[in-house]
Amino acid sequence: MTQYVGQAMPRYDGIGQVTGTTKYVDDIVLPGMLYAKCLRSPVHKGIIRHLDLSAAERTPGVVGVLTAQDVPGQNIYGASGDQPVFNPDHIRYKGERIAAVVAVDEDTCMEALEKVKLEIEEQEPVFDMFEAMKPGAPIVRPGTTHNLHEYMPGMTTRVIKLGDVEQGFAEADLIIEGRYQTTQQDHAPIEPHVSVAYLDPANRLVIHTVSQCLYFHLSQLVRVFGLPMSQIRYIGGTIGGGFGGKNDIHADHVAGLAALKFRKPVKYRETRREDLRYSGKRGVFVMEYKTGVKKDGRLVANHIKEYHDTGAYGGFSAYATEKCGMFASGPYWIPNILVEAKTIYTNKVVSISMRGFAIINGQSTMEIQMGKIAEALGMDPWELRFINAWRDGDMGASRYIVRGAGALEAMKKAAELAGVQLPAHLMAMSSRRR
Amino acid sequence: MKQQVLTFILNGEEVAVLVTPTETLLDVLRERLQITGPKRGCDDGECGACTVLLDGEPVRSCLTLALTVEGRTVTTVEGLMVKGELDRLQKAFYERGAFQCGFCTPGMLMVAKSLLAKNPNPSRDEIRSYMAGNLCRCGSYEEIIEAIQAVAAGEY
Amino acid sequence: MKKKGVGMSCVLHPTGNKGAGDPSQAAIQLKPDGTFALLVGAVDIGQGSNTILRQFAADALGVPIEKILVSNFADDFAPLCLGSFASRVTLIDPHAVVNAVEDLKRRIREWVANEWEANPEDIEFDGETVYLRGDRERRSMTMDQIAAGANFGGGYNPGFLVGTGAWQPAKFHAHDPETGEMPAVGAISFGCCIAEVEVDTETGVVDVTRLVQVWEVGKAVNPLLVRAQINGGLHIGMGYALTESSYPYWPTEDYAPEKLGDYFMPTFLDYPPELIYGIEEVPHPAGVQGAKGFSEGSSNGPPPAIIAAIHDAIGVWIDTYPATPEVILKALEAKKASE
Repeated sequence: MTQYVGQAMPRYDGIGQVTGTTKYVDDIVLPGMLYAKCLRSPVHKGIIRHLDLSAAERTPGVVGVLTAQDVPGQNIYGASGDQPVFNPDHIRYKGERIAAVVAVDEDTCMEALEKVKLEIEEQEPVFDMFEAMKPGAPIVRPGTTHNLHEYMPGMTTRVIKLGDVEQGFAEADLIIEGRYQTTQQDHAPIEPHVSVAYLDPANRLVIHTVSQCLYFHLSQLVRVFGLPMSQIRYIGGTIGGGFGGKNDIHADHVAGLAALKFRKPVKYRETRREDLRYSGKRGVFVMEYKTGVKKDGRLVANHIKEYHDTGAYGGFSAYATEKCGMFASGPYWIPNILVEAKTIYTNKVVSISMRGFAIINGQSTMEIQMGKIAEALGMDPWELRFINAWRDGDMGASRYIVRGAGALEAMKKAAELAGVQLPAHLMAMSSRRR
Repeated sequence: MKQQVLTFILNGEEVAVLVTPTETLLDVLRERLQITGPKRGCDDGECGACTVLLDGEPVRSCLTLALTVEGRTVTTVEGLMVKGELDRLQKAFYERGAFQCGFCTPGMLMVAKSLLAKNPNPSRDEIRSYMAGNLCRCGSYEEIIEAIQAVAAGEY
Repeated sequence: MKKKGVGMSCVLHPTGNKGAGDPSQAAIQLKPDGTFALLVGAVDIGQGSNTILRQFAADALGVPIEKILVSNFADDFAPLCLGSFASRVTLIDPHAVVNAVEDLKRRIREWVANEWEANPEDIEFDGETVYLRGDRERRSMTMDQIAAGANFGGGYNPGFLVGTGAWQPAKFHAHDPETGEMPAVGAISFGCCIAEVEVDTETGVVDVTRLVQVWEVGKAVNPLLVRAQINGGLHIGMGYALTESSYPYWPTEDYAPEKLGDYFMPTFLDYPPELIYGIEEVPHPAGVQGAKGFSEGSSNGPPPAIIAAIHDAIGVWIDTYPATPEVILKALEAKKASE
């Protein structure tokens, strides 16, 4: 028998990385390849009244332009199926794509984009999610009456409950409240978003992608292109970092549409500036906690109000809001939990997945609560965590059963490595039993 | 724009290529010569993934106008291997896992090469300072420092 | 004045999609020279999925790892993998690989049984040797021989020996609309982080001077890569805690960072001068050899540990991420005003 699992060994494909021979998508240069660049909205919210691309199209070196009218399938993509590839009318965030210019090189694209005549009737945007929830706030999604995501028709709050928090607070000796705000963060992989597309000899569309999740994206792309899945050869596998940012389509739709229309290889890549400003981000969460605890340190109730800013479109945000709520009480057994979670639209870039997705928002805030509780109880912060850490068989907020618990084991090891002497009664604890 | 002939030594061999005056060294390497080791991470001189050695000194090829390297010597990550053998730094990076996605690695290796050429036995702090202009979003800094130290210590 | 503080955190990270229903597939072929080509769908985003899935395949086959080639270059013939996200690959894809290996073994058994006019159930594997139970002396073949026979025919029967496999943690579950009940969780990993900081009370700048992070990962499939993931997640975690925000507020919303130079990610100099990692293993019942995913989690632990350390240093709880110098100075002013 062999036992390779558990052995430290270098990366199977690592020689490519240290010799610079690993092929990333931007390394693909094909004969006769065209380039695309996008026209983006200069305003945060508004209605396109006039778009004239004729001067851009006449620029020497320009092969043509793309707008919403050039989308053979449906002009929507995104995890929530609500983002236009090219926005034809109602702009929801600054930097939204409106059209693309395709030319022999990127400089020509930029030159042509300067000649576009675009008139937008600017409207008042809303950026703050609490402002967005007020009556009379600017409406982010045209055709709706409010800015809250509906989990089911008419249901704007996702409730997750375990036990009875009111009873839990009645039993508590101490109640600690806290309100926390997390950051809007960019993925910033060193490899920017890029795509290369062309038609193969059988007239099938080939796309070289930086996607982290090919099948997720393929199902979105077939809708945009109006092609059966078998007519797309979606090729990827090795990328220059993703961190969740490449769970969103940034370039494949534009490159693919251009290749289909102009029947030549097309490369579309975002600049670092476009990525930092206009690509999806980790959305801001505001977390309001009310936590009840007994004098001996046992947590007995946790009431969490969660607000998640999804930006201008749905992205993965509703899912993220739910996932955050499921785990926002940390790795602790709390018999009474109530989560009330809302996902709110604003005129900002779309919130998408990012490393630690949704979980970091709950962990990074609940742990501040734990610090405050330890301080208020006059208890060692390690002891508070040891008392409450999950043991096998404990139950989490949405009634999942914890198996293979390991918080205590991780803490013991960390204390040892950090030179923290833990008392014997803590060292004797195990995740296998309470 | 009018094209001019640029002649320089690339990884030990003389090359001549037609370029326009606005092209950067990175443009010429990647798009014209298909030397794709140096990466375009920001095109702004801030990530370091495009770093090459110009007459032995690390430069951001995205900030270097191509015509300024006329007659000079450029080394990219492709030029690190000698007679099919990995450079000691490449071996150390590979065996010690001093990269994850590998996109910043070509730049990291060139800066590290320059560091060891100037200072064969750098301290941990000297490594941190010298490498500080190169970003790694995967966060492999600690492993990179160790790989450089291991090479300096003669382990490779 | 520079004030020192230390803080800790204990955090989790779940593996796989909430609600499950997130499958992966794999395929493995016995190549003509007796090696094995493993095809997986997982995207290698730098975490090393190709490397660890090869390790799992070698163990499942019981052959030297050098005999296994791995590719995730998916084109027309492509195993599905929902994606490299949610720290799901290390829990889910190894099952698909092991199932593919079992399928291949079944095919090999049938092929060899046909060759020997024996019952497939009597065919046994011993690493690279296949033999007939009870008659190993006379009836045994190596993978090379099987591969040559199946692929090139000749004196043997032709065959194309490929195994396929798939797996997902559970069928898809939705939340109950009233209670939010949703029990499907693949696995959960646990981390503990201890941060030491120095807060400059004049400038508000926080330096992380020492950081210890331990993750309980079920089974450390490849400790070299586990280490990279623990130390690496700190990059996004430190940025989240102290410097990174892409949302501007001054003078208007239009002034978002537009260059890496004004989006402040940690550099070599920002990483803690002393960085210690540790690995703990509690084998997970749902994982192959106890393995589960954790890699995103290493971003989760540092932010609250750093905030706790700042509290220890200056006596205020920061409640807004990132704790930029401005946030720190305002908190110090508010503290002074309230005293």
